[in-house]
Amino acid sequence: MQTQTLGFGARLALALTLPWRVLFDGRIAALVAQAAAGGPLALSAEPSPAPAAPEPPQALPEVVAEVAGPDYTSAMQVLAILQRDGRFIDFLHEDVAQFSDAEIGAAARVVHAGCKRALDEYVTIEPVRPEADGARITLAPGFNATQHRLTGNVVGEPPYTGELAHPGWRITRLSLPTLSPGHDATVVAPAEVEL
Amino acid sequence: MIEIEGMDVGVPKFAIGIDLGTTNCALAATPLDVKDAEPVSFPVPQVIAPSEVKSEGLLPSFLYLPAREELPRGALALPWAPMSRVAVGRFARDHGAGSPVRLIHSAKSWLSHAGVDRRGDILPWGAPEDVPKISPLDASARYLEHIRAAWDEAHPEAPLDEQEVVLTVPASFDAIARELTVEAAMQAGLPGSLRLLEEPQAALYAWLADRGSSWRKEVKVGDTLLVVDVGGGTTDFSLIAVRQSDDGTLHLERVAVGQHILLGGDNMDLALAHTVKARLASEGTALDDWQMRALTHACRVGKEALLADPDLAEWPLVIAGRGSRLIGGTVRTALQRAEVDRVLLEGFLPFVDASARPQQRRRMGLQTLGLPYATDAGITRHLAAFLGREGLDRVDPAHSFVHPSAVLFNGGVTRSDTVRQRLLSIITGWIEAEGGAAPTVLEGVHPDQAVSRGGAYYAHARSSGGVRIKGGTARSYYVGVEQAGLAVPGLEPDVDALCIAPFGMEEGSEVELPEPFGLYVGEPVAFRFFGSGERQADAVGAVLAPEALDELAPIEITLTADEDSPGGVVPVHLHARVTEVGTLELSAVEDGTGRRWKLSFNVRVE
Repeated sequence: MQTQTLGFGARLALALTLPWRVLFDGRIAALVAQAAAGGPLALSAEPSPAPAAPEPPQALPEVVAEVAGPDYTSAMQVLAILQRDGRFIDFLHEDVAQFSDAEIGAAARVVHAGCKRALDEYVTIEPVRPEADGARITLAPGFNATQHRLTGNVVGEPPYTGELAHPGWRITRLSLPTLSPGHDATVVAPAEVEL
Repeated sequence: MIEIEGMDVGVPKFAIGIDLGTTNCALAATPLDVKDAEPVSFPVPQVIAPSEVKSEGLLPSFLYLPAREELPRGALALPWAPMSRVAVGRFARDHGAGSPVRLIHSAKSWLSHAGVDRRGDILPWGAPEDVPKISPLDASARYLEHIRAAWDEAHPEAPLDEQEVVLTVPASFDAIARELTVEAAMQAGLPGSLRLLEEPQAALYAWLADRGSSWRKEVKVGDTLLVVDVGGGTTDFSLIAVRQSDDGTLHLERVAVGQHILLGGDNMDLALAHTVKARLASEGTALDDWQMRALTHACRVGKEALLADPDLAEWPLVIAGRGSRLIGGTVRTALQRAEVDRVLLEGFLPFVDASARPQQRRRMGLQTLGLPYATDAGITRHLAAFLGREGLDRVDPAHSFVHPSAVLFNGGVTRSDTVRQRLLSIITGWIEAEGGAAPTVLEGVHPDQAVSRGGAYYAHARSSGGVRIKGGTARSYYVGVEQAGLAVPGLEPDVDALCIAPFGMEEGSEVELPEPFGLYVGEPVAFRFFGSGERQADAVGAVLAPEALDELAPIEITLTADEDSPGGVVPVHLHARVTEVGTLELSAVEDGTGRRWKLSFNVRVE
């Protein structure tokens, strides 16, 4: 048997699911142990014990998501939560041009109520500045430039005095549900089939 | 407690209250070594979506049994059970709403339903053959097991079965439902030192915990406190009297509990949803089952918003279509204030006289064995019947019902100010019509968590001293004995009911029925068994006609043959004892020798 290499996406998927399978499938664990020890790889040659139920014949073609880079799992999880609770992806994926404002407004209530509930549950977001829009504020020398963006007539040295156009937002708490290992986070909404 | 080489093994560190609710469970704990520590709710990790685990203050009492390949492997994994194949909690509730044939809910109501075999595998009720089923007892055990495992995971140094644990039950639970609850708790690995506590009492304990020592200033001797507990699925009433001990201090005594009423907030949401659905249908919009569930959920949100803000005229209801096309398929309407007033306030909390009584709809002919939901939705009529019950101490003989001097509200429905005000003004109206003074409201308990917190407070008070509510058995119990007389072919012999356990028996006390019995060795004997929540004056041995009582599951005993009694008749007296746990134990005690055989409740239904 020839040794083939896998693409990054497939490797990522394998890295995510393998620990789980090793933990709960003795056969896989034995094979991995064998491979790690430099033994001959025999994943396909191994005569597998007769499965209890036949595999479904019309399995969907395997889609390997191209999710590379750092761990994006929690980003995908946030999208899944917004879709689940607030139909966020459905809403953004619809062509709104053909609908009246009233129809879009009705749907927006679903999205607003659901996404707000989800956001409140998992994230606490506070304004960066406590003052209301339009308030006059002064930024002392050494002010936090990450928290403030200056526009307009930016001349001279601080202190700067100006009008608060937007009080900003910042996250003070973020707690997402724990995902079990092996969970395929790329499926942000499973297809629903009513039997 | 065992001490091994100076190390404390199994010394309890926490007082814990567990609320095993019809729709939600909760646990609260307080450290035993801190005096007056406030009970804190314990967030329970649970699956909220496939492969997602989150801790929440309440564990919804729902169990979902997925089909073999319905969910990917590991989707229901919990930190302590990576191979879990069933879901308990929020995901079970939310997902199960869409696949009701695999969803178990209201297990607690089934546990107290005498019409079914409570140890039999009957849930999900009415599910098709190939869906696995479990018993109401096992389902209750699963919820408790989940909570126990969650606690143990978070507190490996103080496992739950070594703590002081109090488990709450509805005041209206009879001896058999209590016994089954304890059985479920033992199956779930709760400690044998467990104590049962009635939920309305637990709510009052939560109030006591909140008030500290100042509670004595808010009530006085002679006061009667009414606890109105309207939860998701059940409504429970209790009366608690403030009395003076011999040493002059105040103490509390639970003097009456209401009937078991299967009626609560879920009924209200469903009633509103059906009202809106009928209106939409009349306008030409039909909703499918999936949209109906979304509508019920939206009605709950709308109900809470309209009840919270009296200035709102309506609350928008938007029911999304199920497909990915969100905008076109959305149904839009509004929940009108008039609908909430008519359906909810007039339907569930009608203004009635103190003399009103629930309508008992005569059930005709064939009847399915489903849960015995209340036939009259009028909570205020049930309340009037409770306060006007014969045999309660009305203090003043001119009163036609008990005039409570204070009211404590508990249960999710009473989070609403409008609901509390409505109930209070109805009770006040009744009392003022007889020249009495309006009751005060005991404020400050959190309606969702009071019961578990009160349970923890009680567990703490038991071990280190503190105010206790005197209670005892909430019902009196009777055995059926055939009247001696000439046998008439074709007629059942008449049965007398003998009081075997009077109302208000305290934990640890025991009584003996004066009537002697002769039991045949080796032959199973069954007694009919009855209970009553309304007959508080019957003493042990009192004889009455069973028609006035509720028939419970029969009790059984078989005297086994041994060297001392190889056969023949053994003369016995029947004894009733209230165990330390809070269950009723019946036994036959042989005259002379004192040998004892336990009688067991037979909950099997033929």
